[in-house]
Amino acid sequence: MVERLNAWLREDPFRLPRAFFIGASWLLLLSLLFPYWRMTLQAPQYPGGLRVDVYVTHLAGDVNEVDNLNHYIGMKKLHEAAQVERFLAPLAIGAAALLGEALAFTRRRWAAVLSLPAMLFPIIFLADMYYWLYRYGHDLDPNAPLRLPPFTPPLIGVGVVGQFRTVAELQIGFWMALAASILIALGLHFRRTVRTALERHQALRIGPLILVPEGARA
Amino acid sequence: MIRWKALTVVPLLLALLVAACARRAATPVAGLPAEAQTVIKERGLSPDDIVAALRAYVPGGKYDEYVMFASGGHSGQVLVIGIPSMRLLKVIGVFTPEPWQGYGFGEKGTLEVLEGGFARGKPILWGDTHHPALSETEGDYDGQFLFINDKANARLAVIDLRDFETKQIVKNPNAISDHGGGFVTPNTEYVVEGPQYAAPIGWEYAPLDQYRDKYRGLLTFWAFDRQKGRVDPDRSFQIELPPYWQDLCDAGKKVSYGWVFCNSINTEMATGGIEEGNPPFEAGTARNEMDYLHIINWKKAEELIQAGKYEVINGIKVIRLQTAAQEGVLFFAPEPKSPHGVDVAPGGEYIVVGGKLDPHVTIYSFEKIQKAIAAGNFERDPFGVPVLKFEDVKEAQVELGLGPLHTVFDDKGYAYTSLFLDSAVARWSLGGPYRKDGAEPWKLVEKLPVHYNIGHIAATEGDTVSPDGKYVVALNKWSVDRFLPVGPLHPQNFQLIDISGGKMRLLYDMPIGIGEPHYAQIIKADKLKPFLVYPEIGWNAVKMAKDPNAIEAGRERVEVREEGGRRVVEIWMTAIRSHFKPERVQVKKGDHVIWHITNIERARDATHGFALGGYNINLSLEPGETATIEFDADQSGTFPFYCTEFCSALHLEMMGYFLVEP
Repeated sequence: MVERLNAWLREDPFRLPRAFFIGASWLLLLSLLFPYWRMTLQAPQYPGGLRVDVYVTHLAGDVNEVDNLNHYIGMKKLHEAAQVERFLAPLAIGAAALLGEALAFTRRRWAAVLSLPAMLFPIIFLADMYYWLYRYGHDLDPNAPLRLPPFTPPLIGVGVVGQFRTVAELQIGFWMALAASILIALGLHFRRTVRTALERHQALRIGPLILVPEGARA
Repeated sequence: MIRWKALTVVPLLLALLVAACARRAATPVAGLPAEAQTVIKERGLSPDDIVAALRAYVPGGKYDEYVMFASGGHSGQVLVIGIPSMRLLKVIGVFTPEPWQGYGFGEKGTLEVLEGGFARGKPILWGDTHHPALSETEGDYDGQFLFINDKANARLAVIDLRDFETKQIVKNPNAISDHGGGFVTPNTEYVVEGPQYAAPIGWEYAPLDQYRDKYRGLLTFWAFDRQKGRVDPDRSFQIELPPYWQDLCDAGKKVSYGWVFCNSINTEMATGGIEEGNPPFEAGTARNEMDYLHIINWKKAEELIQAGKYEVINGIKVIRLQTAAQEGVLFFAPEPKSPHGVDVAPGGEYIVVGGKLDPHVTIYSFEKIQKAIAAGNFERDPFGVPVLKFEDVKEAQVELGLGPLHTVFDDKGYAYTSLFLDSAVARWSLGGPYRKDGAEPWKLVEKLPVHYNIGHIAATEGDTVSPDGKYVVALNKWSVDRFLPVGPLHPQNFQLIDISGGKMRLLYDMPIGIGEPHYAQIIKADKLKPFLVYPEIGWNAVKMAKDPNAIEAGRERVEVREEGGRRVVEIWMTAIRSHFKPERVQVKKGDHVIWHITNIERARDATHGFALGGYNINLSLEPGETATIEFDADQSGTFPFYCTEFCSALHLEMMGYFLVEP
């Protein structure tokens, strides 16, 4: 196994970082199909709890019921949030994935910049999510039947509103995007070490894996 | 080496530990806790009481294994009861308007259902429900529909078990009253409505001295369209019978598929008249030693209908008595006098008739009946109907005790018959193919006292082709001293009996404080697949389809138009926690008001009511439902309307004003 991998790398040492970049862009694309974030509302009269799943493109779950409950505290309807982001998300993710993929086909140093959108995507998602949670908790209709002091629902973890206990958790889609980020970081790292080793005519090994054999040239 | 050993041994030990814990958890508590002992002492409970209590106990949040549909007697409704807990789950409005369900209080669809049951235009807003019948496929309950008859007015109702609501009531056009219905044929091709008190066909008048010539029994086969979920009167037909007071009926199944059996109680053709010195009906109808079991070939009757051998009377096809008697549709077999129940064994081989005034059940063999018919060995009654010889068709008679009425079956080859006069349930052994265990066939095995005056009896899937043999419910007419007194009108008493063990065991008394229930059927709960909320917003619960007047949030509106010289105000309203929209509706006195309300909720149990005081209007809008009311605003004034079903913390605020300007 290792032998075959080594033989494969011997032909072109840049194959490893390239594999990471390609893998990362596919992971990021696939994450479109999975929820990034979930809020579960638990209350005595909802034995199974209520659930809202946030995908980068849409919302799913008990959105109507949650909206209906939220109207008592004057919270806006969930589907009105982040409409621009949800519209742009497939384009942005597509573009970020393409750029990540492009990285696989260039060895130029400056090309590392191309990886930024894909690498930063999970953080952007969290920041945007937090922004909307903050806005929804602070922009409450003053004419609502129940008036609450402004609050920010938890981005991750447990919160309490009235008889509702809310649990916010990151979901598989987010973890896929994060994994893509890490893969890109690893790709960049190996691209640099491979390039340095080639320039210095040094061998590069990780355990039994030979990334750059003795005497290889750039 | 040692490490490998550890890897194998540790999980093994863990597994053993888990298994040990599981065993511990499953072991019942040895000896009851002190608190339980106190209760036992205080109430004087016997060990049998304790076992019975546990057998019938289903903790809150856990579901019953079976669901019983019981007639609500002359309340006109149907009761839905969980078994074994005997908890009342629902009362379904059927022949009587039911305000909680918004049934018959303004909602157009339900008013139309009730109108279907009016007698020649005369509103009849109650019923004497007798025999519920679950729809069947190949002789087994399929959990889709429930039918029930109204004895007082000869009507049949169809209940859809997707939402447990009444969808149709049909009035028998030729009969005033009935009794032997509803009973379904094995694939619910027909719902059989048997007659009882003979009367001239089609609401005619005839003096009682013309009883023999003018009075008739009438057996109705209501064709059921499963796709539409409705009885189809156009495909239905009736068979004219002699005025013998036909009683209960049951459909043949498996080997006896295609046949229906009914018994009769007045072959004497007594006409009463105690006030003129005649024997009263109770004596006059009991004079003969034998009455007639009616044996009806409904497949043959279908052929006669196809061949056009019928008359149309009041819009329904009727096979005349002479045709039925001569074309092989109708046969008689003598049965001991004034019997009551007629019940077909699970495999269809035997027909069991309860003696009522005779201490036996008489068992007829379908095979022998067929042989006797084929042999042509019969005489004819005064109406020309072939009468088979009792000895030719009788399989057995079993002496059970006094007043045997109705029979149900289990899965071990035993039958259970209610004994009215003895106030007992008799368990007795069937013979033939049911006796593979070597026990003696056709023999009384055991009698269990019940309290009191048992009428019908129901068993878990006990009248299907595959009974479950777990429970029997005794439907007792009198409770006398079984419950705390609640005035002179006593509750009826449903008693749950465990039949799964070697001996029958009485488990539970359930008081029924509504009407006098007659028959009940018990279905395995998992065969029922009811909606939890209506499948889409804007559902018309009578038509079971999307309502054209359904609206979504944001499309609420009020339209005013002129129609035939008067103002018509049409309102499209939504209801959601905790408001109606619009909340103000303004009309002028004399306006015609059409009001559609859609409950746009999707949450389970988020039902809203809609009451309009002063106008006799109350609706129940279940999640997703659209309902329509239509009335003349003939009273001026200020009418608050409000939600009658507590929906939320701001339920009291869920209201609006209906303003009628003078």
